[in-house]
Amino acid sequence: MNEYSQIDRVLQRYHYDSKALVNILQEVQETCKGRYISEATAEYVAERLDVTKSNVYEVVTFFAALREHPVGEVLIQLCNSTVCKVKKNIEVKNALEEALGIQMGETTKDKKFTLQYTTCFGACDVSPAVRVNKVVYGNLDRETTLALIAKLRREHCE
Amino acid sequence: MNRIQQLITANFDRYDGKDIEAYIRLGGFTAIKKAVEQGSDYVIDELKLAGIKGRGGAAYPTWKKWDAGRRRVAEQKFVICNADEGEPGTFKDREILKKDPYKVIEGMMISAYIFGAKKGFVYIREEYWDIQKTFKKAIEKANEAGYLGEGILGTDFDFTLEVFSGAGAYVCGEGSSLIESMEGHAGRPRIKSPRIGEKGYLGYPTLVNNVETLAGVTRILEMGASEYARYGTEKSKGTKVISVSGNVNRPGVYEVPFGVSLREIVYDVAGGVENDRPVKFLQLGGISGPLVPGSALDTKYAYETLDEKGFTVGSGSVVVVDDNNRIIDYLVSVSDFFYHESCGKCTPCREGKRQLTRLLKKFVDGTARLEDVNAIEKVANTMKHASFCGLGQTAPTAILSALKYFMPELWQLVEEGVHENVAEGEWK
Amino acid sequence: MIQVTIDNKTIEVPKDYTVLQAAKSLHIDIPTLCYHPAVKIQGNCRICMVQELDGKLIPACSTKVRDGMQIATNTKFVREMQKGVLELILANHDQDCLKCVRNGHCELQELCERFNISKNVLEENQLSAHAVDNSNPSIVRDYAKCIKCGRCVEICNETQKVNILARAHRGTSFDVLPYYDKPLGDTECVFCGQCIKVCPVGAIYEKNDTEKVLDALEDRDLHVIVQIAPAVRVSIGESFGMAPGEITTGKIVASLKRLGFDRVFDTNFTADLTILEEGSELIDRIQNGGVLPMITSCSPGWINYIEGFAPEALKHLSTCKSPQQMFGALSKTYYAEKEEMHPSKVYTVSIMPCTAKKFEAGRPEMNSYGYIDVDAVLTTRELAQLIRLAGIDFANIEEESFDAPFGLTTGAGAIFGATGGVMEAALRTVYEVLTGENLENIEFEAVRGLDGIKEASVAIGEKTVKVAVAHGLGNASKILKDIQQGVSDYTFVEIMACPGGCIGGGGQPIERHEDTKQHRIDAIYQVDAMMPYRKSHENPAIKALYEEYLGAPLGEKSHHLLHTHYRPRLKK
Repeated sequence: MNEYSQIDRVLQRYHYDSKALVNILQEVQETCKGRYISEATAEYVAERLDVTKSNVYEVVTFFAALREHPVGEVLIQLCNSTVCKVKKNIEVKNALEEALGIQMGETTKDKKFTLQYTTCFGACDVSPAVRVNKVVYGNLDRETTLALIAKLRREHCE
Repeated sequence: MNRIQQLITANFDRYDGKDIEAYIRLGGFTAIKKAVEQGSDYVIDELKLAGIKGRGGAAYPTWKKWDAGRRRVAEQKFVICNADEGEPGTFKDREILKKDPYKVIEGMMISAYIFGAKKGFVYIREEYWDIQKTFKKAIEKANEAGYLGEGILGTDFDFTLEVFSGAGAYVCGEGSSLIESMEGHAGRPRIKSPRIGEKGYLGYPTLVNNVETLAGVTRILEMGASEYARYGTEKSKGTKVISVSGNVNRPGVYEVPFGVSLREIVYDVAGGVENDRPVKFLQLGGISGPLVPGSALDTKYAYETLDEKGFTVGSGSVVVVDDNNRIIDYLVSVSDFFYHESCGKCTPCREGKRQLTRLLKKFVDGTARLEDVNAIEKVANTMKHASFCGLGQTAPTAILSALKYFMPELWQLVEEGVHENVAEGEWK
Repeated sequence: MIQVTIDNKTIEVPKDYTVLQAAKSLHIDIPTLCYHPAVKIQGNCRICMVQELDGKLIPACSTKVRDGMQIATNTKFVREMQKGVLELILANHDQDCLKCVRNGHCELQELCERFNISKNVLEENQLSAHAVDNSNPSIVRDYAKCIKCGRCVEICNETQKVNILARAHRGTSFDVLPYYDKPLGDTECVFCGQCIKVCPVGAIYEKNDTEKVLDALEDRDLHVIVQIAPAVRVSIGESFGMAPGEITTGKIVASLKRLGFDRVFDTNFTADLTILEEGSELIDRIQNGGVLPMITSCSPGWINYIEGFAPEALKHLSTCKSPQQMFGALSKTYYAEKEEMHPSKVYTVSIMPCTAKKFEAGRPEMNSYGYIDVDAVLTTRELAQLIRLAGIDFANIEEESFDAPFGLTTGAGAIFGATGGVMEAALRTVYEVLTGENLENIEFEAVRGLDGIKEASVAIGEKTVKVAVAHGLGNASKILKDIQQGVSDYTFVEIMACPGGCIGGGGQPIERHEDTKQHRIDAIYQVDAMMPYRKSHENPAIKALYEEYLGAPLGEKSHHLLHTHYRPRLKK
């Protein structure tokens, strides 16, 4: 029930205001294992905020920052929009997949890393760029990407 | 005329975004004082004289928008700053929010004062979570200093401000979608009318402005509209904060006076094309904007001159693409974006995107045929004219301009047939 | 009133009219798909785009008229755009039309015919769709047919307030799904089937049980009997081109006999029985301080709703089984004994205006001494299908009469089919039982009609009894809230899950006109008015049943056969 007490703290901070559902779910997600909104979590939030489960589900599946499925400890999101395409994000993609041994959209077996494509996050001046647990790393090429993964491995796997 | 001006961006790198004292030393809060002292008619007149238009992309005259709503009587009214900057290639609001948050806050105060709102929200995209943090601090400081709260500047003007975080949805840049998400729902656009100016947040009149517009209003009142209007062209007065990216040597945010040429933007402002390659095309105004072929680089960057050729200022982004890139790959990337970012509500946008993505893929893998070109055009036109909101209506803009300027290259793909070596063949 | 010009004709229309309504008053039918009179205007299918004078397209369904507005609904541009939208829908719609449940009465098919769709420039039948959901006994969702118009979402969430359906995901992955992509059967779905009624295509339909019934009819060892609910007789004619509200009782009986049913009975009989049991229960609760208000229990969609959303209010429900289940129980006991047959040899079918009845019949507690009460439930639409299958010319078949012993019924039983009917029937009986006086004016107008919530105060002897009637679960939920909060001063409440009551049930022919429900209701009261007996307790066959078999209302046999219990659904 520890999980729910963390959720309750978020809800209290928002005074159980259902209008803030989009922000509440973002914060609740960070307290959940796997950083996603499970069905049980959604149901709990719906009940406490007195909104419908279908409303919560619509919101969870609508917004890119909310997830219906769990992700690894390190979520790496590679921008796949126009500028990063033009700036050869393919090299970054190849380096990421090679270094982690998984394809885009997958999570490593040890649940440490998840690779995803994402749409533009407004870092086009340092394109190609990735977000690692929301932090932007830009001006990447093969070498800097491999170095980034090595750094993340040191931080999260040791 | 200098190609770079610093009016709206005058405070950039001159103070730490949380330091309200420094902002005041730089002349901060003189604009709101003027507004309060001179009254709202004065502000509307100044904005009219300055000719500032909505800088999020819609380019609707700000004075008209503000004038229409200010006399509307309602129990409550709200102002919102739209900082959900989501147009790919656009990051100028990011810089304004980061480097001069108080100019935006002051702009919101002015908009609230004119509109008659006591409560405002800054809707900042989730991707700018670090800016949300500094912005919250900046608001806190403004509360402490008495610039927000009750009885501002010793008058009866009350105004509080709150940050709302977006959650990663391009369509929430559209006003009614943004409001839907602020009310706890998926961000799908509402039927107009009523427009949000009449019935917006919680059903009350709501005035939504872009970050740059609000910063611009502050600057205009600060320096005086006639001074501001000395910059730019006759029909596009003042300056525009632009985001330049892609194959250029110095990508970044720049403030330019209207009337510079696109060539000057690429070569003088942004340092020219990487490896000195020729410009193949630009995409202006975000991913929903048109493609500008390299041959049109001498077009002046102003509303009237761009409009004349079917181009647009839009969000103020300039994506530079060199001749190393295939047009089809760029279009697929545009299409892929909308494939995910359409809200799914209306048929033309949702199904049109599905079909366009499928059709473009045929060009990539070499199975496209003559009739597929017609099909693309037909679907794109249906989307343009029949979609529910601006997202769907502008989603096919890039494709339609490619049909106009890059047909030979697309034809070649049809004639060549199936290629063995599909560049970046991992498209979904 | 303001002036608008549509296709060169100027007319005056009320200023709150939409362009669609204005055109309709000129007898111009602008194509629509997401528009439905029963749900909120959504404006999302975009097939209703018409042109303004400035050349811009506007959606007719969601644009209000302006004074001096000039509209063209039939220009080349308009046609091209409407057709463009239609082709986009078709390109992602499973086009197995010949095998589709809605073949011949599908709104999309009609538009294809209207626009003379022949060859689509887009590739078709390359579908990306969710798997079919047939996880429950009542409703099937075929996602490959869904055109995402959102009508089902609106009816489920706004009208019925059941809130199962979500507009899930975005972009091209957008889909209408039960929350968390659960099969309907694993949600609190009440199976009211209102979503079926508003679906423009064949994406939602009842689980078809006609084969099961045909097999039973074929089985020589089985004695197959059938009951017909009150609402079926005033609506099935619509499936055969007859006007809404034509009373076709005798034709249904004749058709069922041609189909091979051994006996054809009337659910109105057990509706009368319900009144005796439920009326007695009400009197008992009034006189002995029982839980009030008492709420009716004949609508299985309503039972599912209260079990799912307000289990703490279950004590307010009458313990009576619904007329369908009372009939089933009697068929396996009283009737089997009377006919000297083993209950396992009696196969009981019901024809219902309802999809939730399929679920109700399958509830494990719905059995009598171990024999399932009702073996198969067909909707009105399924019966129409069987009649067509057998080649019966329904409109012209010679009428026949119900069989005994469940054929003699009253007008009180008949009005169960319309909202307010159960209440009215109960009042007719309860008044006379409580006062011992003859009720002069038996027509309780206050509880009739299509207002969402109807209230009445009825003087019964010294006492004034306050009653309420709600239809549609959205309306019901309002009354329920008051009851839950303990602020309801009603004594007796009738609730029907479906708007209009059973005549608007999820198993009824899909209404094509806004006034269809009213025509059906009028017919229901016409049936009532024609009956020699109009009060349930005066039904001689019911009297005989109690004398011969049941004893007295609320007696021990009744308790076993005619009453049931409820429990919370989806217990966590």
